[in-house]
Amino acid sequence: MTASTVLVYLDVVPAEGPHKTQLELVAAGRILGPVAVAVANEPSETAVAQLAEHGAEAVYTPGSADLSDFLVAPKAAWLAAVVATAQPAAVVVDNSFEGKEIAARLGVRLSAGVVTDVVALEADGTAHKSVLAGSYEVRARATSQIAVLAVKGHAAEGAPAPAPGAASVHAVEVPGDAFANAARITARAERPKTGRPELTEASIIVAGGRGTDGDFTPIEELADALGAAVGASRAATDAGWIGHDFQVGQTGKTVSPQLYISAGISGAIQQKAGMQTSKVIVAVNSDPESPVFEIADFGVVGDLFKVLPQATEEIKRRRG
Amino acid sequence: MGDTLKIVVLVKHVPDAQFDRHIGPEQRLERSESILSELDEYALEAALQLSEARGGDKAGNQVIALTMGTPDAANALKKALQIGASSGVHVTDDALAGSDAWATSLALAAAIRAIGDVDLVITGMASTDGETSLVPAQLAERLSLPQLTFASSLDVDGRTAVIRRDGDASSDTVEAELPAVVSVTDQINEPRYPNFKGILAAKKKKIATFGIADLGLEPGQVGAAGSLTSVEQADPRPPRTAGTIITDEGDAGLKLVDFLAAQKLI
Ligand SMILES: Cc1cc2nc3c(=O)[nH]c(=O)nc-3n(C[C@H](O)[C@H](O)[C@H](O)COP(=O)(O)OP(=O)(O)OC[C@H]3O[C@@H](n4cnc5c(N)ncnc54)[C@H](O)[C@@H]3O)c2cc1C
Ligand SMILES: Nc1ncnc2c1ncn2[C@@H]1O[C@H](COP(=O)(O)O)[C@@H](O)[C@H]1O
Repeated sequence: MTASTVLVYLDVVPAEGPHKTQLELVAAGRILGPVAVAVANEPSETAVAQLAEHGAEAVYTPGSADLSDFLVAPKAAWLAAVVATAQPAAVVVDNSFEGKEIAARLGVRLSAGVVTDVVALEADGTAHKSVLAGSYEVRARATSQIAVLAVKGHAAEGAPAPAPGAASVHAVEVPGDAFANAARITARAERPKTGRPELTEASIIVAGGRGTDGDFTPIEELADALGAAVGASRAATDAGWIGHDFQVGQTGKTVSPQLYISAGISGAIQQKAGMQTSKVIVAVNSDPESPVFEIADFGVVGDLFKVLPQATEEIKRRRG
Repeated sequence: MGDTLKIVVLVKHVPDAQFDRHIGPEQRLERSESILSELDEYALEAALQLSEARGGDKAGNQVIALTMGTPDAANALKKALQIGASSGVHVTDDALAGSDAWATSLALAAAIRAIGDVDLVITGMASTDGETSLVPAQLAERLSLPQLTFASSLDVDGRTAVIRRDGDASSDTVEAELPAVVSVTDQINEPRYPNFKGILAAKKKKIATFGIADLGLEPGQVGAAGSLTSVEQADPRPPRTAGTIITDEGDAGLKLVDFLAAQKLI
C-alpha cells in the first residue's frame, strides 16, 4: 500500500452487496487516494467483489469476531488496529451517530483530528461542511498526520473504478482489550421498514407538523406520488403521530434534498436548522405570518388538507 | 460509596441561536449573547432526577456542573446552580481559545480526573455551536470509561446504568457498570426552569476555577495550538429569500404542481 491510502470504514455490509450509501462512501474515499475498506463484519465474496469493482484494493475484516453486541468502543479499537496495519493517510467513516462516535474515539487513539458533517472533499484533504445550523459554509482540515473524516451521504456518487483490480482480503484481529469498559447492547428492537426512501438519502422530502393534527395521510400520499421520503417536525414526533426517526431539525436529521415540501410546520429555528440547505423549499401553511414563508421558494397560504390532495391528484393525472 | 451518586454534568456556554451568530476573524465564533446550551439542560435535568431519587444533596449526592470556556462562561454555571446543581467547576484560561474537540476533551478529561471519584459524567447530545457530538465519546476514550451515548432514557440501579438508544434501524437497550459517560438527547425529559428558591440558594453555592496549569496541562496542548483540526475559511451562506407566496383560491394544489414542473422537479 502506498502512503496515501485512504481507509474507508463500513459498518455491516449485507451479503448481497454494499448499500448505495456505502458505495458513495467508498467513492468519497477515492477522491483522496487509493482505497482500502474496513468492514465490521465478515463480508461475503459478492460483497468483496463489488467493493473491488468500486476501487477497493484491500478489504480488512475482523475475521469471525462479532463486534455487534457492544456500543462503539470495540469497533473503534478494531479500526485503530486496522490503521496500524494499513497505514492510511486518512480514515473515512459515515456521518451517522455511531460513525461520528467511532471517528471520535479513533481520533483519540491515533492523535488524529476529526472533521464531522463533511459534505464534499477535495483531493488535498480539504473538507467542506456547513456550520451554525446551515448559516455558514466552512473549509476545514485535519492538521494531524492522519485525518479522520465523517462524511455525509451524497458527498460523491458511487461508481465503478476506472480500472478495478481484485481486492485482497485480510483478517485483522480485534485487540484483546477492545471489550474492556465497553457498554453492552442487551436488547434490540428493529424498526419496521416503510418502503419509502430514507430521509437522509431522499432527493425529495414531504414533511408534516402540528398542522396535520395527527393525520399524516395527505403527507404520505403526496410523498408516494413523488417517490419521496416522509419527514416531520418535533411537534409531530413528540405527539407520537410519527416515529422520532422521522424528525427533521437540530435534534433530528439534517437533510438537504433537491426538494423539501413543508406542510403544517411553522418553521421554528430548530426545524430550519435541519432543512434550510435544501435546494428548493415549498411551504404550505394556513398562517401567512409563519416564519417558514421567509425561506420558501414557493409558498401556499392555505389548508394542507385541501392543497396537498389536489397536488397529489394533479401529479398522478399528469403522469397518466 | 453506598447508594449516593457523584455526577458531573457538562454544560457549555454557547451563543444564543435565537440571534444571528457570526464567525469572526481567525475563523472563530463570536461569543456575545451567550447562554447555557439548550441541549445541556437535558443533561442537567437527568442528573438532578437521579440525585433527587436518592435523597438529593442532603443524602450526600452531588451534581457538579462543569464548563470550559471564557470568563463569561461562569454564567452558564450560575444558571446551572440556580436550576439545582450542587456546585460548579469552571475551566478557563487564555490558552484554551480555539480548542477543537480533541483539545476540549483533553482539558475536560483532566478536570473530571481532578474532581475525582465521579460515578457519572452526563453531557448533552451536541453543543449547539460546535455541533460535532465528538466530545462525549472522546471523554469516554480518554477516561477509559464505558460510553452510554444518545440516551433517550436513563436508569441507574445499584451500580448499573441502562439507557435506551434510538437509532435509525433499531432501538437498543445498552448497559454498563458505573462509572460511565452518558450523553442524553432532548427526548429524555422536560428540563425545569430555575425558581425563586433556587435563585436564592444558588448565591451560597461554590464555583471552583481551574487554569490549565492546575490541570497539569501545557499551553501548547490546548487551544488553537493544541488542536488537530483547523478551519481555513468560513463564508456566510447567503440568506434564503422568500420566493412566490400565493393564497389558495381553490387551485393552489395545481399551481404548486406547475411550480414543481417549471423547476423540473417532476
Ligand atoms: C432543544 C430543542 C430541540 C428542538 N429540535 C427540533 C427539531 O429537531 N425539529 C423540529 O422540527 N423542532 C425542534 N424543536 C421544536 C421547535 O422549537 C418547534 O416547537 C417545532 O418545530 C414546532 O413544530 P410545528 O411547526 O409542527 O408546530 P407549530 O409551531 O405549532 O406549527 C404548526 C403550524 O401548522 C400550521 N397549520 C395548522 N393547521 C394547518 C392546516 N390545516 N393547514 C396548513 N397549515 C396548518 C399553523 O399555522 C402553524 O404554523 C426543538 C425545540 C427545542 C427546545
Ligand atoms: N467547552 C465545553 N464545556 C462544557 N461542556 C462541553 C464543552 N464542549 C462540549 N461539551 C459537552 O459535550 C457535549 C457535546 O458537545 P460537542 O461534541 O461539541 O457537540 C455538549 O452537549 C456538552 O455537554
